[in-house]
Amino acid sequence: MLLIHCPYCGEERPELEFRHAGEAHIARPENIAEISDEDFAHYFFYRDNPKGVTFERWRHMHGCGRFFNAVRDSVSDKFLTTYKAGEPKPDIADAANENQINTSKGQGAK
Amino acid sequence: MAEAQIARELPLAGRAAGGASVSITPAEPAMRVSLRAPQESIAAVSKGLGIDLPTRPKQSAVAGARSVLWLGPDEWLVIEEGDRDPMADLARATALHSAVDVSHRNTAILVTGTQVADVLNAGCPQDLSLEAFPVGACSRTVMGKIEVVLFRTAEDAFRVECWRSFSDYAFEFLRDAARGL
Ligand SMILES: [Zn+2]
Repeated sequence: MLLIHCPYCGEERPELEFRHAGEAHIARPENIAEISDEDFAHYFFYRDNPKGVTFERWRHMHGCGRFFNAVRDSVSDKFLTTYKAGEPKPDIADAANENQINTSKGQGAK
Repeated sequence: MAEAQIARELPLAGRAAGGASVSITPAEPAMRVSLRAPQESIAAVSKGLGIDLPTRPKQSAVAGARSVLWLGPDEWLVIEEGDRDPMADLARATALHSAVDVSHRNTAILVTGTQVADVLNAGCPQDLSLEAFPVGACSRTVMGKIEVVLFRTAEDAFRVECWRSFSDYAFEFLRDAARGL
């Protein structure tokens, strides 16, 4: 079972208490009534779904109830860091590189 | 108009389970409030309630028959086992807050005994060691397929708050877990 660090509870908690809540850092357009259908579709439906480091929203649903953001590697499933909602995207270059090394080691073993 | 007389029944009345190292019993009826309040209101709401709202994760505060459990940064569960209505006390606090009487949404199970953590850990993945979950600690979490609120009232005693309609599942889950000790 994964342990996920909740930035509001200040500790690692079992993944069963959490729910994934989609891609993070998607800003709702401030002029939403005026944008085109196409722009709305891009805001509302289109997601990057990258392979590798992703920024995601998670909710500590069966815990403190808060939404927060997480940086996760979608290849290794490893959480690189978590941070409170509203905080800026962390600089995760170092963590990502470290994880990349671990990942390539894993692939080499296959 | 005549006052309606409503008989209140504990959903788990009369049940008992456990063995030599753990005992599982339904808790007495209690009043409960789901309380939400922003940072700015905490002082005024605490004053109304007669207890300082705990502000650290997993922290609780107890005064007499009343307990306040931290559930989230702006959310608490108030449990009143005496006869002072917490809703009436909260009504006197004029600072912005939301208080919903959930006395009959929840019921509680008392689990006590030397192996209490082992029984709960049969369905709850949290670390319930005394280091991670000391006396007075509380947390919303999961147990088996349902959500519960755990409150450690002594080294060997937990109060398990669950929703009334899930209480049969919760009680039988604990009974099964105790059987496996
Ligand atoms: Zn949390």
